[in-house]
Amino acid sequence: MAAVTAEEPQRAERAHVDSVIIRFAGDSGDGVQITGSQFTDTTALAGNDLATFPDFPAEIRAPAGTTFGVSAFQINFGAQSIATAGDEPDVLVAFNPAALKVNLKDIHSGGLIIVDSGTFTARNLDKAGFENNPLEDDTLDKYRPLKIDISKLTLESVKPFGLTSKEGLRCKNFWTLGLVYWLYGRDRTPTIDWLNKKFASRPEIAEANIAALNAGHAFAETAEMPGEISSYVVPPAELEPGVYRNITGTDAMAWGLLAGSQLADLKLMFCSYPITPASSLLHALARLKHHDVVTFQAEDEIAAACSAIGASYTGAIGVTSSSGPGVALKGEAIGLAISTELPLIIVNSQRAGPSTGLPTKTEQSDLYQSVYGRNADSPLVVLAARSPADCFEVGIEAVRLATKYMTPVIVLSDGYIVNAAEPWKIPNMADYPPFPVKFHTDTEGFHPFKRDPETLSRPWVKPGTPDLEHRIGGIEKSYDSGHISYDAENHQKMTDTRAAKINGIANDIPPQTVEDGAEGGKLAVVGWGSTYGPISRAVSNMRADGCDVSHIHLRHIWPMPANLGDLLGKYERILVPEMNNGQLRTVLRAEYLLPAIGLNQVNGQPFKISTIEAAIHEQLEA
Amino acid sequence: MTVVQTPEKLTAKDLTSDQEVRWCPGCGDYAIIKGVRNALAEIGTPRENTVFVSGIGCAARFPYYMATYGFHTIHGRAPAIATGVKLTNPELDVWVVTGDGDCLSIGGNHTLHVLRRNVDVNVLLFNNEIYGLTKGQYSPTSKTGTRSPSTPMGSVDQPVSATEFALGSGARFVARSVDTLQKHLPVVLKRAHAHKGASFIEIFQNCIVYNDGAFSHFTDRKIAADTQVHVEHGKPMLFGQDSEKGIRLNAELQKLEVVTLGENGVEESDVLIHDETNKPLATLVAHMQPPEFPVALGVIYCEEGPEFTDAVYNQVDAAKAQNKAVPMAELLHSGHTWEVTR
Repeated sequence: MAAVTAEEPQRAERAHVDSVIIRFAGDSGDGVQITGSQFTDTTALAGNDLATFPDFPAEIRAPAGTTFGVSAFQINFGAQSIATAGDEPDVLVAFNPAALKVNLKDIHSGGLIIVDSGTFTARNLDKAGFENNPLEDDTLDKYRPLKIDISKLTLESVKPFGLTSKEGLRCKNFWTLGLVYWLYGRDRTPTIDWLNKKFASRPEIAEANIAALNAGHAFAETAEMPGEISSYVVPPAELEPGVYRNITGTDAMAWGLLAGSQLADLKLMFCSYPITPASSLLHALARLKHHDVVTFQAEDEIAAACSAIGASYTGAIGVTSSSGPGVALKGEAIGLAISTELPLIIVNSQRAGPSTGLPTKTEQSDLYQSVYGRNADSPLVVLAARSPADCFEVGIEAVRLATKYMTPVIVLSDGYIVNAAEPWKIPNMADYPPFPVKFHTDTEGFHPFKRDPETLSRPWVKPGTPDLEHRIGGIEKSYDSGHISYDAENHQKMTDTRAAKINGIANDIPPQTVEDGAEGGKLAVVGWGSTYGPISRAVSNMRADGCDVSHIHLRHIWPMPANLGDLLGKYERILVPEMNNGQLRTVLRAEYLLPAIGLNQVNGQPFKISTIEAAIHEQLEA
Repeated sequence: MTVVQTPEKLTAKDLTSDQEVRWCPGCGDYAIIKGVRNALAEIGTPRENTVFVSGIGCAARFPYYMATYGFHTIHGRAPAIATGVKLTNPELDVWVVTGDGDCLSIGGNHTLHVLRRNVDVNVLLFNNEIYGLTKGQYSPTSKTGTRSPSTPMGSVDQPVSATEFALGSGARFVARSVDTLQKHLPVVLKRAHAHKGASFIEIFQNCIVYNDGAFSHFTDRKIAADTQVHVEHGKPMLFGQDSEKGIRLNAELQKLEVVTLGENGVEESDVLIHDETNKPLATLVAHMQPPEFPVALGVIYCEEGPEFTDAVYNQVDAAKAQNKAVPMAELLHSGHTWEVTR
């Protein structure tokens, strides 16, 4: 760990800027994501606050040079607190014509465009759908293009290492990274260390990439840059003192679930089936076996949910994970966990739908599915993470509620949160009170559905416990004995009790607070999940302009905090921005009879701050 | 709920719960549960360490009638839930009770995978070749032409052979018995329990209401001797009233055939010796069907192999030997961190 101070400008003419948005874009196989994540780590070490947005194509390796094979990685970093990956990039690094074609429209006027001119061949231009070479016509007139034959320069820089031309060209992402590092005064050491570790078994590859990195850096320093290109220094952000790390939503969720299981004194059993974008959580937990985590790749989504239920039945905390289509398949099993009142955590990394939809694009359109999406009256707990780091807190809360109330808990994340990273002030584990599970062992008056009068939870008995052998199942149980019961009155009582148990959780969660602004006033912007970044920045900008607007962000989607209805009642208007067609808005209207208004988009991209600002403006003017 | 102390010597009665049995009078399930209780009493695992997991169907009510731990789950998914149970506590004896629809139709995928993974659970398939609980529709094991409410002109699809499916899935213990064979069934069940890994036992079960007599062509006492061959490892495959018939491998045609001792110069030494570790032979034996052949009962295939939960925990142990499990606080600080001072 190193204490970081602002890096000295290397040249007197370095201009100071508050924040910069850079987007790296190229073919799926160009190493764009690696370039982005290396820049992210290095930027965090420079003390900047940051947010990232990796954007993958659905195809793993789409045909090279095509627009649908373009992969991108955006990072917003700066001296101020950064809430989103940013609206319009200041800098675009395009590794080929297709990457330029797809991303140019997003770059703000005057933005810096770094292109690998060596890839602008007739064939590649044709594949990207350019009729004329954009480097030669007026396409780039409103930007500051930096045309460099990166392919050729990279090949020259790696010549001494005896790589094939194909292998050599793979180093061009690091050549370009070297150039960008120079532009923003970044230290190359962490990336060099990373390359040496990553390619420990193939040192020639590590050396070639390091040579490319250094060559790109040297090129930027020594080449005669066009007049208007100057380098920038971004001073460190004003972050709260403490020890920080970068964290993705995936790692934060894995650690949150592990921390939760440790606080509950339970074994973590993670049962999943691969699906984009949820698989990374399975991968992350599969690497934590030394922490007694057992991961199981089941034969399908249903088996994943069922094996997790089997695990909880046997006394572990069973967790399953998927994205919307997979959660749909798990529905019947979730109903079993509701009926047998067993703990179960279902992590849903949402993606755009319906059906296969857009697997790699983000959306938050599974709120109805989570709250309502099962047969019969089947209440459970729904939580939503607001940011990558927030997944840690939500993971712990999910374990706490699932075990205390013997209930399934759905945790909503999304494709953006899963892949994005942010600096995270590492919490102090001593601040989390343990909630160890006490398995029931007392034979006195036992039956499997004898409830705790306070929580309405039933006792959790592990198989293997002597003299408490009992049978449970999906058939309705007698309230009084736990045996099968076909009695209609009893079913009414059990249905009411299951609902009361979940509703009662509203009193065991923190009251809803206001993120920013007054408790009451003209307008509340109410959000959930990954809209947190753009909403918080938009509200803070509008408040700086003197607008009467507040930001409320929900973690507990079901049940909702006990005070939420009263709190929302204190505002004249309620605006609900969501990456769906208005799902939370419907629930708020149904629960509190409030005339909530929606701001909705499902274009596979996070909200732009400016979009939310415009909507706030419209509401305040109305 | 009344609490009964587990006595020193377990009896079938100790394994009987206080719940009223709801199967139809005359159902083959009564005989099977009797056989299972007898087998478990002999096995002697304490009741608290035995778990019955079932799916949906008539057979799936089974756990309610056993005084052990029991989980009546959802249609077809018992093998997946049982896998979660065994993976969480490998010390438990886990039994899956399933029917032909549950096991081979809606749950076929899970049956395949619990068997190929070789999870140490015992899968008891109650095969009655019909859907009983939903009132008599044909099932995936029903013979072609089965008339049922959903197939009034007779079913048109080919049935699946449960044992051949299990062998094809990679099961390492495959056996067959009949509900009424009260001496045979517990022996097979005890062998299944002793086998480390997934065990698959097809039990031919008579549904007295919707498919009465489906198996009488080989289970009727009068003809059983001529229509059943009870296979035993290392013993010749002889059958018939006086053990006068046998199964011979016709090497030239690479198929089995029925021979009669003393006819055409056939001697007992010509009769195939059952080798339960020989999978190609097991496949041929499982394939035998009346009227050309007798039905093979007993342990058709049994061969030890790496068990799933063992392998999973071996990896956990290997990971622990390689990497120290640090406290959570330390894990959060692993990798690149930096301090903001100001």
